Amino acid sequence: MSAFLSWIATLPSLAQIPLVLLAFFAVIALLIFFIEIAPRSGRKYTIIRAAACVLFPALIFLALGSVLWAAAAAAVFGGLFFLLDYRSKQGAGYLFQLVGFMSPAVFLLAIGLIYPTIQTTIQAFMNSRGTRFVGLENFIWIFTQDTGIRTVLNTVVWVLIVPTVSTIFGLAYAVFIDKSRGEKIFKILVFMPMAISFVGASIIWRFVYAVRPEGQEQIGLLNQIVVWMGGQPVDWISNSPWNTFFLIVVLIWIQTGFAMVILSAAIKGVPAEQLEAAELDGTNAWQRFINVTVPGIRSSLVVVLTTISIASLKVFDIVRTMTAGANETSVIANEMYSQWQGFEVGRSAAFAVVLFVMVLPIVVYNARQIAKQREIR
Amino acid sequence: MISHNFRRALVPIATLGVASMVLTGCASGTSGTGGPGDAGEADGVVTIYGTIADTEAELLEESWADWEEANDIDIQYESSKEFEAQISIRAQGGNAPDIAIFPQPGLLGDLASRDYIQPAPEGVAANVAEYWSEDWAAYGTTGDTLYGAPLMASVKGFVWYSPSQFAEWGVDVPETWDDLLALTQTIADETGTAPWCAGFGSDAATGWPGTDWVEDLVLREAGADTYDKWVSHEIPFSDPAIVSAFDSVGDILLNPDFVNAGFGDVKSINSTPFGDPARALGDGTCALHHQASFFDGFIQDPKNGNATVGPDADIWAFVTPSVEAGGNAVTGGGEIVGAFSNDEETIAVQEYLSSAEWANSRVALGGVISANNGLDPANASSPILQQAIEILQNPDTTFRFDASDLMPGVVGAGSFWTGMVDWVNGKSTEEVLSTIDASWPSE
Repeated sequence: MSAFLSWIATLPSLAQIPLVLLAFFAVIALLIFFIEIAPRSGRKYTIIRAAACVLFPALIFLALGSVLWAAAAAAVFGGLFFLLDYRSKQGAGYLFQLVGFMSPAVFLLAIGLIYPTIQTTIQAFMNSRGTRFVGLENFIWIFTQDTGIRTVLNTVVWVLIVPTVSTIFGLAYAVFIDKSRGEKIFKILVFMPMAISFVGASIIWRFVYAVRPEGQEQIGLLNQIVVWMGGQPVDWISNSPWNTFFLIVVLIWIQTGFAMVILSAAIKGVPAEQLEAAELDGTNAWQRFINVTVPGIRSSLVVVLTTISIASLKVFDIVRTMTAGANETSVIANEMYSQWQGFEVGRSAAFAVVLFVMVLPIVVYNARQIAKQREIR
Repeated sequence: MISHNFRRALVPIATLGVASMVLTGCASGTSGTGGPGDAGEADGVVTIYGTIADTEAELLEESWADWEEANDIDIQYESSKEFEAQISIRAQGGNAPDIAIFPQPGLLGDLASRDYIQPAPEGVAANVAEYWSEDWAAYGTTGDTLYGAPLMASVKGFVWYSPSQFAEWGVDVPETWDDLLALTQTIADETGTAPWCAGFGSDAATGWPGTDWVEDLVLREAGADTYDKWVSHEIPFSDPAIVSAFDSVGDILLNPDFVNAGFGDVKSINSTPFGDPARALGDGTCALHHQASFFDGFIQDPKNGNATVGPDADIWAFVTPSVEAGGNAVTGGGEIVGAFSNDEETIAVQEYLSSAEWANSRVALGGVISANNGLDPANASSPILQQAIEILQNPDTTFRFDASDLMPGVVGAGSFWTGMVDWVNGKSTEEVLSTIDASWPSE
């Protein structure tokens, strides 16, 4: 891998782009091959599998230069694919196939998600060098000093405000522009911030909030408006606790588009018959919205709320870019990074565990909702 | 049936999976690669990583260009403004450069005590013993092991002023701290505006100019011993000596009559980038400004201050006075060169960088100084740098390294900075100091 990257680095930059894209697509194609194509029966797939039995050992021979390893790989792959091919005659959904084809994904999940989770949890109970068990010391540290409590509280504020406000804004916007002329353009306008990276958005908003001393030319939009109205320039992002709300605005600005798109699609899925029936019963628009539309899009609302909640629990880029946690704006993810960077691995892991515990109820709720819907279907 | 069971299992697996995603970002192997074994191979290339960027980086490369050619070693220098964040990540990720130039001895100590840094080779140790004072040698030492030699240096705590304005108001350079306060009052009465300007703004590092103020006052009021104890956390931030230093700084920085000339009220200190006061100094709206020797670059920059620096020029500087007349304590900064590899070529580069030969080569190119005793002061490019070299080479000077740079990173490059910002914003001294104390590393 590193040899490949060093080789790429020697090429002219324009040639690098297609090569990197090609490599990316090759890896994706391989994954799709495992997930989608391989479990099926039929002559075409038998040929593909037979080709793979030659290709993989050849690659291993090229990589390791050893005939023995290549032969071993050929035996393993040959045997494996023969078994899979034989079993695939019994149809899809067979347990053996599931295990066979899910094992790469499960393996990656294990080393990429489950192992780190366990390791981080253990680290949270160790000292900074990971040499001594300190019990709850790291957690006590978080919840006994000012900045620690402030950090956790700020995260709670983020997760309470961002999902509610962006869902309400997104829903209202989706309802108002529904079936209006130029709906697509209105949607694009609100959806566009989603395409901007968090760091980019933070830099844009840092300019909006920029402050210059009274009497000088204001380069920040917000302060320029304040000055036009005859007020004094305000340093928006340094006055605690209001600065946290000004940072929250950035995430709301980004996430409203997401909420709007999903909810707009859901609203269009509400059966017109139900709305007509309600209208015939003499309801007004507000009653139809509350009693027909909202229950009809309930599952989408849950998805939007939980997704945005998790996004706001994990918020890092905005705080890092705009204040780096100064002026009491720090959040858990930012503090986690700062502590880790300062070699305080134990405290960093403890913050991670606190975040984990905070995310857990949301994820469990979300998963249960999905399970419920399955049962209904 | 099986497939039904599988589906039931899917929800908890998915739950665990999604929830785990939150945690993966921070899991790190604590087992370091590298460390004091053999690391790196002699391949004709030595990579160096540091904070020195732009023009300064070009001068750095120029300073060793001849030596590179003579010794057939290719030195590849890479700079990053995110050095402090990146170096620990690269070290912990097993992707460290051969040599790193640390502006913060505390960070070098952090890495050295975790077995990432190679002990200094014999040649470097010999150079350090010959060319640097014991104080400076101590900044590259962790435990009892020397890990690196100092590179360049700067003297902090200069107060920049305009000699012609001083003559106009009939005031002299102050001898003591009280004189400085009296001088400030005189100028305030004379001009009717705030005499001092200050700027703490520096993106993610906002607040560091404030720590320089506090360090100067701790060293001058409480003395070098207390300063050393404070750095090593033998006395906490909430100690009366530190509180008193904060109070003294507050006499100037928190007094709306004394700051913030040309920028607004006290709180505007936080939002003013640290380079901007050069402009206020240049156009005469600011009478006094506290900043290290490097500030003459900002003052002489045509895009910023556009003034000349010298004893008889537009702007000149005096060292922040001590509590009693005749004090000779100064704070300063500098870089320490630490190595992650110990192959022959890396060692050769390290030895060269710690020699007087390199120090003269670099200082002759202008803009910087070194605390190397083998340095010829005549090589310095400007009067303020010559004065700084004289201060550094004077055996009577009590020199102390910038305290925040010596402290562990979470304090020195973290809570101390944010603490200064909170303090200027109006948080009480006691609260700020106890918050900083609480952030001190566990062990």
